[in-house]
Amino acid sequence: MARKQSTRRTVAITILAWFIGLLMFFPILWTAVAAFKSESDAYTLPQNMLSTPWTLENFGIVQERSDYFRYVFNTVIIAVLSTLLGLLFAVPAAWSMAFAPRTTPSSTISGWGWLAIVFSCGLIAAGVLYANGWHPQNAVVGFLLLLLCIVPPTAWVWTRATTDTLLWMLSTKMMPPAGALIAIYLMFNRNGLIFKDWGWINLSEYNLIDSFWGMVPLAMLLNLPIIIWMLYTYFKEIPVEILEAARMDGASLWNEIVRVLTPMALPGIASTCLLNLILAWNEAFWSLNLTNKYAAPLSFFISEYSSPEGQFWAKLSAASLMAIVPILIVGWFSQKQLVRGLTFGAVK
Amino acid sequence: MKKLMTGVVGGFALALMAGTAMAEDTTLTIATVNNGDMIRMQKYTDDFTAANPGIKLNWVTLEENDLRQKVTKDISTKGGQYDVLTIGMYETPIWGKKGWLVPLAGIDDPKDILPAVAGGLSVDGKLYAAPFYGESSFVMYRKDLMAKAGLKMSDTPTWPEIIAAADKMTDRAAGINGICLRGKAGWGENMAFLGTMANSFGARWFDEKWHPQFDTPEWKAAITTYLKVMKDDGPAGASGNGFSENLALFQSGKCGMWADATAAGSFVIDAKASKNAADVGFTIAPDAGFGKRANWLWAWALAIPAGSKKVDAAQKFIGWATSKHYGELIAAKEGWANVPPGTRTSLYKNPEYLKVPFAAMTLASMNAADPMHPTAKPVPYTGIQFVAIPEFAGIGTKVGEIFSSALAGQISADDALKQAQDYTTAEMTKAGYIK
Repeated sequence: MARKQSTRRTVAITILAWFIGLLMFFPILWTAVAAFKSESDAYTLPQNMLSTPWTLENFGIVQERSDYFRYVFNTVIIAVLSTLLGLLFAVPAAWSMAFAPRTTPSSTISGWGWLAIVFSCGLIAAGVLYANGWHPQNAVVGFLLLLLCIVPPTAWVWTRATTDTLLWMLSTKMMPPAGALIAIYLMFNRNGLIFKDWGWINLSEYNLIDSFWGMVPLAMLLNLPIIIWMLYTYFKEIPVEILEAARMDGASLWNEIVRVLTPMALPGIASTCLLNLILAWNEAFWSLNLTNKYAAPLSFFISEYSSPEGQFWAKLSAASLMAIVPILIVGWFSQKQLVRGLTFGAVK
Repeated sequence: MKKLMTGVVGGFALALMAGTAMAEDTTLTIATVNNGDMIRMQKYTDDFTAANPGIKLNWVTLEENDLRQKVTKDISTKGGQYDVLTIGMYETPIWGKKGWLVPLAGIDDPKDILPAVAGGLSVDGKLYAAPFYGESSFVMYRKDLMAKAGLKMSDTPTWPEIIAAADKMTDRAAGINGICLRGKAGWGENMAFLGTMANSFGARWFDEKWHPQFDTPEWKAAITTYLKVMKDDGPAGASGNGFSENLALFQSGKCGMWADATAAGSFVIDAKASKNAADVGFTIAPDAGFGKRANWLWAWALAIPAGSKKVDAAQKFIGWATSKHYGELIAAKEGWANVPPGTRTSLYKNPEYLKVPFAAMTLASMNAADPMHPTAKPVPYTGIQFVAIPEFAGIGTKVGEIFSSALAGQISADDALKQAQDYTTAEMTKAGYIK
């Protein structure tokens, strides 16, 4: 039986919801209005946005100064390819976690044991570096030391139970991106850690900075934990018996995933894709740091219009509006799908 | 799945092709700030490419702080992403000394560059960056409000005169603030102004042995004067106001006076954007009887990073962008008021240019600035509104935050000075300046 609700309560909740909604929408509304104002009107306080004249001038200036469609193209490439690439990795990963989970750790080494191994390897690496004067010129030594630092923690993750691995994956999202900036920058950059003259091979002509080869995998890796986690939740909702029946009928693993699992989880996959698309579209930190022009997305385009000299709010608003309109339209048309996907499995 | 795979591979191929196709068009990558003069230069590059058909230009335009961050990362790793950099007077001597920049050759008439500017961009007599435009700071004021208050602006104002004028012009009921000054935290924001104000009060950042000087009476006088005049005559919420916010206030007629960059001159006399464009007057920055005025010196300059593989083409481009010819080109197309100011002596001898209302005052302000001797007492550093050491950006920003919170009324002037002194001492000790 439905619970009775007083009219007064309903009205109060509705008003509160509208108030919170408007409060959250206000910055976007302000941006949308400021984009159609002259610079000095956008700046003037108190704002009298409604009584001042409207203009399209800012859009003209932005269009003249930047190749807007190039940025849209770049954003679409990065967002779409990283999402598709992400699915390639995430679907099998989520399948194995949902339908063939490991319930106990596969190694018998205790937590303290692992800690001791990781620390000793680190100490050995530091010792070798110290003996070499911190700068090993020999590439092989450098590579071996890198392996020594990476392999033990990887092996630890590898042997964990599935729930632990899932949590560990999500925990990588908790690291502030600025912490990894210099390392990633040096990996991407010419004359950095990888793309340099190694003596036997000269890689100093290559780099990943400002290229789709760098940005697409990076955007994919950034969102991969979320995609896997979401897909895992959706897959868990699907009765394992259906997959077993398919197996009984002689379906191969490929057919099981592609022809049985994927069609059933389609709403979930679609909403995962949408969410990933939005996240990749809005990503700014890495784009600002690792792109310049050829692979620069819309977040970079917006940043071009912020300036410490002169007035820029109206132009910045116009650029922001142009940047968010495409994804806003995509979001608007797919909101039903998005909400359904996000709440899928929430009610049992 | 097959379709999906084809899509992914196809997409990658397309992206790669697009990347290469664009890459073939480009030779020189120029990183620049998105200030008005720089954006204007991008419109006229045909003049350069027509004369140098083998060279094509690829512009990377960024906001000042983003630019500084990216360029620093690239140059310190010798990444070679850029062939021409836009940097300021703060970075040039530091990077030049480290060998990160290529000394410039092929500059059009180098002796014509204003001596103070050339000095700030050189290391051991070698020019490492060519100035594209330079600026100092001065006082912009409303002649009509001065007349209404029965005052006349002096050609050589002192701080007491400025404060008295601000008191008289303030009319809270009419929404007029006597004076607008920077309050937003940042080494290039409030500290640019406060550093110069402190210089005019005889204060200095460090003594000869690099000991911070915020515990001296000179700093106390400067900061208390600043806080008092802003409280009595400044706009509400001044601790959030930087250049852009004050420009908006001045243009909308809400400030009697505004002490800031000479680059603001062209904005405040622009009748399209400024309410009182016809009533704006300019005078030199004030002093407090210590022989130094509160004006800074800054230049945005073009330099070549040591990692660039196209040094010759880059030298040619810098030669063109900073030449007299470029100035004449802009004058012919956009008028003399839009010629990049503050770099060449010859520009200020041009009678056409001197007709621009703020031209003479800009030159006088730039000539009054001496980066080698910014304040009355001797200092171990160069720079007027900054100290040309790598640690300054961090220290300046933190101290800026402290003074900004004093302006917001969160801490007292004494507390602010003590915190600034303690922080700077700790940082300078850590960096090894104080033994």
